[in-house]
Amino acid sequence: MILYQPENHLALIAKVEAFAGDKLLGREEKSHYHQFRVRGADAKDLVRFLRDEPSLGFTYFIDLTAVDYQTYPQPQPERFAVVTTLLSPKLGIRAQVKAFVAEGDPRIPSLTDIFAGANWTEREVWDLYGIEFLGHPDLTRILMPDDFDGHPLRKDYPLKGRGERGNFPVFHATTRKPAEEA
Amino acid sequence: MYSYEQEVVQRDENTVHMNVGPSHPSMHGTLRVKMEVKGERIVKTEQEIGYLHTGFEKLGEYRSYNQFITLTDRLNYFSPLSNNIGFALACEELLGITVPRRCQVIRTILAELSRIADHSLCVGAMTMDLGAFSSILWTFVEREKLYDVFEAVTGTRLTTSYTRVGGLAFDLPADFEKRVLGIMDSMEETLDKLRDSFYKNRIFLDRVEGIGVISKEQVLSFGLTGPMARASGIEYDLRKFRPYMVYNEIKFNVPVYSQGDTLSRYKMRIDEMAESILIVRQALKLLEPGPINYQDQKRTLPDKTSTYRDMESLIHHFKLVMPGDDHGIHPPLTDLYSSTEAPNGELGFHLVSDGSSTPYRVRIRPPSFINYPILSTLLPGCMIADLVAILGSFNIIAGELDR
Repeated sequence: MILYQPENHLALIAKVEAFAGDKLLGREEKSHYHQFRVRGADAKDLVRFLRDEPSLGFTYFIDLTAVDYQTYPQPQPERFAVVTTLLSPKLGIRAQVKAFVAEGDPRIPSLTDIFAGANWTEREVWDLYGIEFLGHPDLTRILMPDDFDGHPLRKDYPLKGRGERGNFPVFHATTRKPAEEA
Repeated sequence: MYSYEQEVVQRDENTVHMNVGPSHPSMHGTLRVKMEVKGERIVKTEQEIGYLHTGFEKLGEYRSYNQFITLTDRLNYFSPLSNNIGFALACEELLGITVPRRCQVIRTILAELSRIADHSLCVGAMTMDLGAFSSILWTFVEREKLYDVFEAVTGTRLTTSYTRVGGLAFDLPADFEKRVLGIMDSMEETLDKLRDSFYKNRIFLDRVEGIGVISKEQVLSFGLTGPMARASGIEYDLRKFRPYMVYNEIKFNVPVYSQGDTLSRYKMRIDEMAESILIVRQALKLLEPGPINYQDQKRTLPDKTSTYRDMESLIHHFKLVMPGDDHGIHPPLTDLYSSTEAPNGELGFHLVSDGSSTPYRVRIRPPSFINYPILSTLLPGCMIADLVAILGSFNIIAGELDR
């Protein structure tokens, strides 16, 4: 049975700080896991280290998602953050890697060759945020239709309006003719 | 742009293109599987999802924390109470509040009842897909009784919206304990009937034994959780990993199988229902009178009767419900991932708060979305009919798959 062992967090922090050095932008203690902040280019190395280092063994993929910090009140290193959550069955703790991705160049190395579960989650992030995952085998839209324009979870994409109803012709309810004729 | 002609041209000339879903009786909602078959053997498959995409995560950024609970009903619509509880716990962890004991016990009982409702439907539907019709009627009878209890507790059968941030919408009805205990007894009989009918049934075993085997390495790499992970020998259950609510006071086992095939996943769900019955019986004994809401009127909605009767509660209600920056709950500026053990696996909510009354970002980590991709790895080499058996054992719910 995998049980939560909070005392192992100290070993995790020491290992990650020794590995990442000044590449680590910061770390934060959350309710039951630790979050490490890095630049997008360094994220894959850190995730690979967390998985392959024998004393850590973060082999359980939990989640991969993204956040758009465009209108966030606190300044962040970059606009987008790709957040990967992992679990170590050996240590009984979780770790989260938050990788910041620039607005002008939203690209980040893909984790698909490390975790199979990253395939669909990265496709989802590409679909909804437009962050490109370099080396992904099939980076296509997953939730939105293939011919959809835009990335709807970005903060500058409105809740309603552009590209939604306005593009469809309006028909009269009973005559079934275009609205202007009826 | 999708075009059927293009797909047909691209295939190998010895194979036939076959399409199952999105509206097919065995596809459990709006799932679609595109297959290349050679005779009865599957060569290659590709899943297409998104037919039920509703944009919950985008909508969540424009709704208050309490309003979002209504949307969580629509995630896994076979166990809406589990989703309500999961989201309420995530918000409470973000705010740093602990709900009163009676509320925790009620939530534990309802989470387990909805686990029974969810699993019983999955078990019944899976055997129905394989040709056994009686079993779904047995499980549906039990599920209907449970839904009657949910109706008595929450006022609705399906879209329960029962929890609130910091408590519950209202307290339990008077005869709750008696009704639940009665259902637990009849549920045990149904489980025995299911075991007797299927565990040694050659017709059933031929369809499921050794089919769709998931290895331990695959579980970890794909991130599978819940019954699918435990059927493959990964002993991971959030109720034990980091006990929330009152699970640490309750004695229960987490069943684990090592084979990882479709039969193990079937047995897994039946064993889990048996354990849930034990949890419900123990948790009912912990039920004591007391308050159900966190006593901070700046963050918890007052109960409806006092809202209508005294001035102060009405003001608090107004301050929490009205839109705008001066109203509502204001969590600290932070982000948090919080998860609970839903019937299908780990249901996580990644909340990012900007200090306003609406979440800045709500990420739902639905178990179905993470559990589903492995299907195209398992299917090559299987028969077409195995698709139905394997998919039935996954219990993929389109509502939380597409969100």
